[in-house]
Amino acid sequence: MGHDTNYQDREFKIIGTRVKRPDGIDKVTGRAKYGADAFAPGQLVGKVLRSPHAHAIIQKIDISKAEKLAGVKAIITSADLPDLTGSNRGMTDILENCMARGRALYHGHAVAAVAAIDEQTAKQALKLIKVTYKLLPHVTDVDEAMLPDAPIIQDFVLQDGKPSNIAGISTFGHGDVDAGFAEADVIVEKSYKTEQTHQGYIEPHACLANVSSDGSGELWVTTQGHFSFRVVCSTLLGLDMAKLKVTSSEIGGGFGGKTHVWTEPLALALSRKANRPVKLVMTRDEVFKASGPTSSTSMDIKIGAKKDGTITAATAMLRYQDGAFPGIWGMLGAMTAYACYDLKNVKTVGHDVLVNRPKVAAYRAPSAPMAAFGVESTMDLVANEIGMSPLDFRIKNAAKEGTQASYGPVYGPIGIGPTLEAVKKHPHMRAKLKKNQGRGMACGFWFNFGGQTCVDLNIGPDGTVSLTIGTIDVGGSRASLSLIVAEELGIPYDQVRTNIGDTASLGHNDTTEGSRGTFSSGMAAIFAARDAVGVLRERAAKMWDIPVDDVVWADGVATATGAKHSNLPPLTLAAIAAKAASTGGPIAGHNEVVADNAGVSFASHICDVEVDPETGSTKIIRYTVIQDAGKAIHPDYVEGQFQGGAAQGIGWALNEEYIYGADGCLQNTGFLDYRIPVCSDLPFIDTQILEIPNPNHPYGVRGVGETSIVPPLAAIGNAVSHAAGVRMTHIPMSAPRILKAIDDAKA
Amino acid sequence: MMPRISLTSSLRDAVDGAESIELHAETIGEMFAKLAERYPRMADRIDAGIAVAIDGQIYRDDWNTKIPADAAEVFLMPRIQGG
Amino acid sequence: MTGVLVSTTINGDAVQFACPTDETLLDSLRNRVGLTGAKEGCGTGDCGACSVTLDGRLVCACLVLGVEANGREIGTVEGLVEDGKLHPLQEKFIEHAALQCGICTPGFLVAAKTLLEKNPKPSEEQIRYALAGNLCRCTGYDKIVRAVQAAAKEMRKK
Ligand code: FES
Ligand code: FES
Repeated sequence: MGHDTNYQDREFKIIGTRVKRPDGIDKVTGRAKYGADAFAPGQLVGKVLRSPHAHAIIQKIDISKAEKLAGVKAIITSADLPDLTGSNRGMTDILENCMARGRALYHGHAVAAVAAIDEQTAKQALKLIKVTYKLLPHVTDVDEAMLPDAPIIQDFVLQDGKPSNIAGISTFGHGDVDAGFAEADVIVEKSYKTEQTHQGYIEPHACLANVSSDGSGELWVTTQGHFSFRVVCSTLLGLDMAKLKVTSSEIGGGFGGKTHVWTEPLALALSRKANRPVKLVMTRDEVFKASGPTSSTSMDIKIGAKKDGTITAATAMLRYQDGAFPGIWGMLGAMTAYACYDLKNVKTVGHDVLVNRPKVAAYRAPSAPMAAFGVESTMDLVANEIGMSPLDFRIKNAAKEGTQASYGPVYGPIGIGPTLEAVKKHPHMRAKLKKNQGRGMACGFWFNFGGQTCVDLNIGPDGTVSLTIGTIDVGGSRASLSLIVAEELGIPYDQVRTNIGDTASLGHNDTTEGSRGTFSSGMAAIFAARDAVGVLRERAAKMWDIPVDDVVWADGVATATGAKHSNLPPLTLAAIAAKAASTGGPIAGHNEVVADNAGVSFASHICDVEVDPETGSTKIIRYTVIQDAGKAIHPDYVEGQFQGGAAQGIGWALNEEYIYGADGCLQNTGFLDYRIPVCSDLPFIDTQILEIPNPNHPYGVRGVGETSIVPPLAAIGNAVSHAAGVRMTHIPMSAPRILKAIDDAKA
Repeated sequence: MMPRISLTSSLRDAVDGAESIELHAETIGEMFAKLAERYPRMADRIDAGIAVAIDGQIYRDDWNTKIPADAAEVFLMPRIQGG
Repeated sequence: MTGVLVSTTINGDAVQFACPTDETLLDSLRNRVGLTGAKEGCGTGDCGACSVTLDGRLVCACLVLGVEANGREIGTVEGLVEDGKLHPLQEKFIEHAALQCGICTPGFLVAAKTLLEKNPKPSEEQIRYALAGNLCRCTGYDKIVRAVQAAAKEMRKK
């Protein structure tokens, strides 16, 4: 309360240095405990039976044989999960996604689950469960799902009073696009498609659930938000929130996919029924089939410009599939599509469309990469037509302070202009290209969020400091937060230890999504440390028996000010802590905050590719990420986020895709056929961090984690068009697709 | 001065189609309360989640956030989520 | 299902465990011996998170049976620390921020150690190809390659 969140320019002592992360040693020695690494006495193994069909009525589930198998301790179906969600549609959807209720909505939808004494028995039991299905017509393609005679996925979704798969239509924009296009000298209109991809974290979903007969329970789980998991799981199972303690394990990657529950409620229900702990680990096959991938899309983009490069009007018609349950993914696409540009006349429409595929989940800057692919590809085409360099064309139209964003509000200070200027100056832009090589660039935008946050800072009797946070560390944030506390208290980094608290030890913290971990826990940590400094000054005053106003805190010690106290030597943190018992008890600082306003962020990427004209295969030769990060607390981990996002974007652009057969079943459910980039596919990824301070954070921190996945699809598409002379409009640009485009162009 | 409160198109049907509204409020919470009073259908939308951009800065949660008297623009948009 | 008693050496220690004949070495290590450093990312030999050595050869523990360990020597990430000191690869991975979530790290360390034992001075390309069987979704591999290069340099000094 009462803390000033405004940015204050200052000299930092250790913020921005590259210290070693506190959890590093456990992670290089194999000691760190992830979701699947926990064990509880008497634990059972949980397994889930999944629908082999894309769309089917579940007529009967016969568990009689499975129940009799020795070693089987519990079997659940949807009957064991009565609907306790009230009229909350979002919760009902989560419940139904966790386990089908009378109808399997996609290939891999959970139908029943088993807990048994070991893996072998559990697998055998699954085989003994007999499910009678009645097949229904299915649809997995987003455009087909919008046709009037498409099979209907959800009865409650209506358009104009009639059942429909269009769950939402969201329109954004301003001005008069018709008038704008009438003014244009050049208009380019193009349609694009992108295929569905998965977050691809290497650690599958895993949890250990333990519900006692008195209704209290514990859940150990790999998650991006253990507090949100507690809310959802206790609601679905009818448990008291305070009686369910959720502990987050180390998390082996999430990228949005671990913001949602998938099998955790099933594990809890199995444990309740068996009255024993149940460990449930998804196989990779299940992760692909049934945990949130991102949308596949289809888009029509139209941009008009004057000969001098001024864009006069721009539109985007976007169709995103949400899987079998309504989402906001098309809406997010429509909000982000033109966010980089200053447009007088703009209109975007996002359709959220249901299909027989798994429920879509957030994937790093969700929905922005696809829209950016369409828009940024078309930007290059327009630039070509008017004979301007794509970079200058973007610079001319870049959004700036005072621009009305295409999604509505007016921008404050933003970083798209500076990233483009940095592109212009970057040596990468002047590097020579060889035969069959081409260079492309593209821009990207993401919102970034804050959210409810709370931290506890405790000073031990020896003067070392422990910070307890409720956000998850997905990539080094414990190091960054320790740096912040050390900076505020003026003590060495190694005297601060940051730990993640379980749901019983802190107030509610929102999920670690929207790039908020370091931003919001960082803000709370600053304020908690300032609280603690207040207490330390009081205690020093007591020890000296002088007024607290005569005590200042600087460089890790309390000093008495004024000539009359000049005989008092400074008191260290350790000296004050040692006397805590006699000066008022333990010394601590706390903070609860809604850390809103993580600051929008922009990135520009440059990419060189080489396309083999014989095979169509594409190799990334050089890649540069330039992004506004606000203040970089720990530059290594900011660079790591830039590089990781770019690599995911590269995989999406060139290889990764969900392949559905005519039967509506997913055909590539393993890393062999769903190929993510490997070490030999990539070059070093150059990064340039621009530090444009966020005006709404005391240190100027912005969210950094997501934006880097937005530009690669288009940057690579633009590079391929220069290397191979073909404009790719379908992602991924796999070798066969590029080869076909080359052949078509020749014909 | 009363800030102009603009609404994203998907919220406009709840305010009888208005693109923007004049309304005096010192905080986001007060603005929501007055909106819900004037336009009962806004209440559900507010419960479902609305983000507020004040001069371009996006607030999703804190209803105590002050709306400065000189704010040039207050914009209501859908509450969004990330990865 | 039949069970078998397996006598093996893990990280230099003699170890015995009993397991069903169709159980993977990865499950035996994790669930019976209590060594959870090797991770299961896929169970099908595609991600390398379960990398261990079998008689010095790099293998995916998810593709080897527990019973195959009988009479042989297994090396896991837990065996990298010698005399209480981190292996140079471990040092450099921390120093170069070569891990974000860290789930892939045990596999990368075991694979990189095997590489450096065979080739103390690998080129960037050799490193990239030697590690191509290990997936990392967080880092884009940049800092991993740099950490391996730095460790190789450090080890050549000794
Ligand atoms: S778990 Fe063995 S290779 Fe993936
Ligand atoms: S650090 Fe997360 S997978 Fe490699």
